[in-house]
Amino acid sequence: METPPLNSLYQQLILEHYRNPRNKAELEEKSVEIHMANPVCGDEVRLQLRITDDQIEEAKFVGQGCSISQAAISMMTTLLHGCSLADAKILAECFTKMMQGDPDAAKDKRLKDLRVLQGVSKFPVRIKCALIGFDALQEALKTYAKEETS
Amino acid sequence: MTIATFDPVTIRREFPTLEQSVNGRPLVYLDNAATSQKPRVVLDALRAYYENDNSNVHRGIHELSRRATVAYEESRAKVAGWVGAAEPSEIIWTRGTTEAINLVSTAWGLDNVGEGDEILISVLEHHSNIIPWQLLARRTGAVIKYIELDEQGRWILDELPRLLTDRTKVVAISHVSNALGTVNPVKRVAAAAHEVGALVLVDGAQGAVHMKVDVQELGVDCYAFSGHKMCGPTGIGALWARRDLLDSMEPYQGGGEMIHFVGRDESSWATVPHKFEAGTPNIAGAIGMGAAIDFLSGVGMDAIAKHEHELLGYALERMSAVDGIRIYGPQSPDEHSALISFTLGDAHPHDISTILDSEGIAVRAGHHCAQLAMQHFGISATARASIYLYNTESDIDRLIEGLEQVRGIFS
Ligand SMILES: Cc1ncc(COP(=O)(O)O)c(C=O)c1O
Repeated sequence: METPPLNSLYQQLILEHYRNPRNKAELEEKSVEIHMANPVCGDEVRLQLRITDDQIEEAKFVGQGCSISQAAISMMTTLLHGCSLADAKILAECFTKMMQGDPDAAKDKRLKDLRVLQGVSKFPVRIKCALIGFDALQEALKTYAKEETS
Repeated sequence: MTIATFDPVTIRREFPTLEQSVNGRPLVYLDNAATSQKPRVVLDALRAYYENDNSNVHRGIHELSRRATVAYEESRAKVAGWVGAAEPSEIIWTRGTTEAINLVSTAWGLDNVGEGDEILISVLEHHSNIIPWQLLARRTGAVIKYIELDEQGRWILDELPRLLTDRTKVVAISHVSNALGTVNPVKRVAAAAHEVGALVLVDGAQGAVHMKVDVQELGVDCYAFSGHKMCGPTGIGALWARRDLLDSMEPYQGGGEMIHFVGRDESSWATVPHKFEAGTPNIAGAIGMGAAIDFLSGVGMDAIAKHEHELLGYALERMSAVDGIRIYGPQSPDEHSALISFTLGDAHPHDISTILDSEGIAVRAGHHCAQLAMQHFGISATARASIYLYNTESDIDRLIEGLEQVRGIFS
């Protein structure tokens, strides 16, 4: 299989988020925190959310990894502020579908800037990098829901 | 195959996988420390075995079984010669380095290491020479101690007299680091370890590949290595250990082939090496590893070492000149085996690898199963270019072009 051109991967917006990640800090008051790592490559993220009344007030992360993983997490956190838990779940599902190559998901306006990551879906070994942040988000939502009901 | 004068371009033609384009460019394979490519003679040996001699070893009385057994045992003798074993029975077939280390940590470790005893390893080790000892420590209550590294990733040996005590039961160290390329002073540590009566196991996964190894000269007790990193097939490797040590050890796994006599309550074991080879072994793999040894011997290990040393010097010189590069490990080619571990500016190693891949250049990016070594340098990953006998200066030139492209994207 031929690798598609690199410029579909390394778009300026991605590199910009990699160099200046948004919301990369510890959250003082957090409702839930998830640590996620990819042991194959060492990508690592700790995602922290502050939630009130089923709404994400704040999302921050700390971690390390490649440009794709860091840019995806950074963009994701900017979309989570003020987002309802239900919408966050939809966002995660939509992004995951885009990474699996679903063309309709890639057109979904709710993904906003995250759509620049569509090109990653053509680099199978890098899809995991793009997904690590959203995988952490989905775990966080599940963990929070469990803690709320118990 | 005999090659009169060493020429990597001629050698290269013996490796079918190298004759291909990747992403529109001729493949440059610089991931040899992960696994080497296989020459035609090895592929032919596998095929010939399955086409002509396929049958189980040491079991049948028929002609095919006789032939398979002869080829399998002949390969054992070749492997014994490869590392300077006293006799072929000192070679135990395993799946690779990992299984060879686990064999020792389990079969020898459980009977010889107890609570409060000490296991000495180094921070530079591959996970396969850390985790088996951690498992042993957990089961026995033993303690693991570490040889620390200096800023170039070399073992700090001033501490050795303090690290080795009368509680030290085993010292497990690598011959050559897969993360940094450091050639380690194994002989010196082995001599010191023996003074306190410790067993010395060497992880030779990156050692027996690039240089002539003589276990007697090194003065060690066990040497573990893998076929797939030295032109042989995957799924085969070997443990060399002194015969008296092997005789004293309990079996590793139980099953067919490893018994002498089976009774309802008590059984007795076959002699070494069969005592450690339960079940149908990887016969084809063993024969393939023998063919790989014939191939490498035909080319000549001294010639290979010389070529790699020159190429590594060339690579170090060219790579050091790339703006923003940081090379980890020893900076002199004389302390270095055939690989270079590096980072480049703020480009993450994964991104380096993806960009190089788009140019048909295969390198490894990640922690190289050496997270302790990465932690020592305060990083989580490096990119690693590793060479072998078939690599050329033009491969290095292509790598440099690729690195310039990385700089272009990430500057
Ligand atoms: C230094 C070192 N030790 C051990 C191993 C493990 O070898 P294998 O995976 O063939 O068992 C490797 C290879 O990955 C290695 O480079």
